[in-house]
Amino acid sequence: MKYVLMFAGSVDEQAEWENMPEERRAAAYEQVSKWFEEHGKSGKLVGGEELQGPSSSTTVRIKNGKATVTDGPFIEAKEVIGGFAVVEVKDLDEALAMAKSWPGGGIVEVRPVVDHSNG
Amino acid sequence: MAWRRHRRGAARGRPLERLTETHTAADSAVAAVFREEAGRLTAALVHALGDFDLAEEVVQDSLVAALEKWPEQGIPDKPGAWLMTTARRRAIDILRRDKRYREKLVLLERSDLRPDAAEADDRLRLIFTCCHPALSQEAQVALTLRAVAGFTTAEIAGAFLVAEATVAQRIVRAKRKIVDAKIPYRVPASGELASRLDGVLSVLYLMFNEGYLSRGPLTAMRRDLADDALWLTGLVATLMPDEPEVIGLLALMKVNLARSPARFDAAGEMILLPDQDRSLWDQRSIAEGVALLERAGGMRRTGPYQVQGAIAALHSEAASWTDTDWHQIVLLYDALVRMADSPVIRLNRAVALSHFAGPEAALGEVNDLAIELSGYHLFHSTRAELLDQVGEPVLARTARRRALELCQNPAERSLLERKLRT
Repeated sequence: MKYVLMFAGSVDEQAEWENMPEERRAAAYEQVSKWFEEHGKSGKLVGGEELQGPSSSTTVRIKNGKATVTDGPFIEAKEVIGGFAVVEVKDLDEALAMAKSWPGGGIVEVRPVVDHSNG
Repeated sequence: MAWRRHRRGAARGRPLERLTETHTAADSAVAAVFREEAGRLTAALVHALGDFDLAEEVVQDSLVAALEKWPEQGIPDKPGAWLMTTARRRAIDILRRDKRYREKLVLLERSDLRPDAAEADDRLRLIFTCCHPALSQEAQVALTLRAVAGFTTAEIAGAFLVAEATVAQRIVRAKRKIVDAKIPYRVPASGELASRLDGVLSVLYLMFNEGYLSRGPLTAMRRDLADDALWLTGLVATLMPDEPEVIGLLALMKVNLARSPARFDAAGEMILLPDQDRSLWDQRSIAEGVALLERAGGMRRTGPYQVQGAIAALHSEAASWTDTDWHQIVLLYDALVRMADSPVIRLNRAVALSHFAGPEAALGEVNDLAIELSGYHLFHSTRAELLDQVGEPVLARTARRRALELCQNPAERSLLERKLRT
């Protein structure tokens, strides 16, 4: 069963992360890479990326076949998605265990992906 | 007068509404069969079919069929087998319509499919799946009542005073999530067991409180939520005999239920603990509760349910309200605050403190909770009692009025109204 783990944090946490002194950020990165490495070895990790901050975001809206491009994230939210991981595990409990071990803090939303293989 | 309208409105609330259903010995016999068989049946079918949703659905259908047939035909000799045959037939009907389920049909035709084929562990798996934290707590409660205790959707709706369609929708959504998000059907691994068991116990305690607090003097429902919560907790205690908190919760429920014969007077008015006729308390149930607490205590892993059970037991063992060991109760509340701090626990601690250290000291502690508990009727009514005791009747009245505004339970409302009239 495939799930996407969405790593989110508050706008404040995001700002804190962006303005973090280099050595602290390096330490945080180390923990996160360790998480990816460990779960990668167990074969549970299919992929994942860290996203740049919401200020780097551009939104394309498609309505009646017409696309409009605007700046900024698509929704003004108190939480920001900072990255994601795609995992392949047995069931929800296993995905939740991975989410609980996430060293980055904040919020992790766990969502199953749609399986099109039977379609 | 305004309060009269209020009163009549309130009388149409919880306990009296239950009179619309009549309660007979046959009804409680059916309820006892359902609760004994439903969980085993669901577990056996989940095991055979590997499909929680379908298994749960056909068991529910068989219960509804039994409710139609049994009143005329009587309860069959082997009710579990009757329900299993009905559930199986229903499952075959559903599966035949869908070619993808051929393999499952074969599984259903196996002759060894009996409710008692389910291992003890299977019912535990069922309980943990129904109480998975990925489901809303409302859904956990409804699903546990249906799949494990054999409630019908209508009975759940009746017990919680919500529309049947609402309960049905909650169940459908929860079952869809179990399938879509692949919530596993198993007892959690040892690392997660403690926190998951907490979740199960809070579902059982919520069920119990809902049944106990809204239980009026004229209860006439076929199913009694408090009794069923007690039964479910007893089941978990049997299946997990080494968990002292399960036993602690069971003890807490037993001791509270022991007092229920004294909680209402002949006119249906609620009587609070200080004024109850203690000779009406069920001493056997209290003794059972105390024995359970001793057994749990012997395991040397204390927890909030054991402490709450001990507090309830101290109340039940006291010859009168004034003879209660208030010092010991305050110490137990201190322990409870350390384990599971909450403003409501602090409020209860303050009540005990008022008998031990006087109303002034308690009032100070209660006032400290004003912001957190401003919307809680028992905060205002407790404050009113203490204000009366320190000679502030005007302030007490204001607090009691606020409590009345916030209170929904008709029996408690009536009690507050009586006090406001004196």
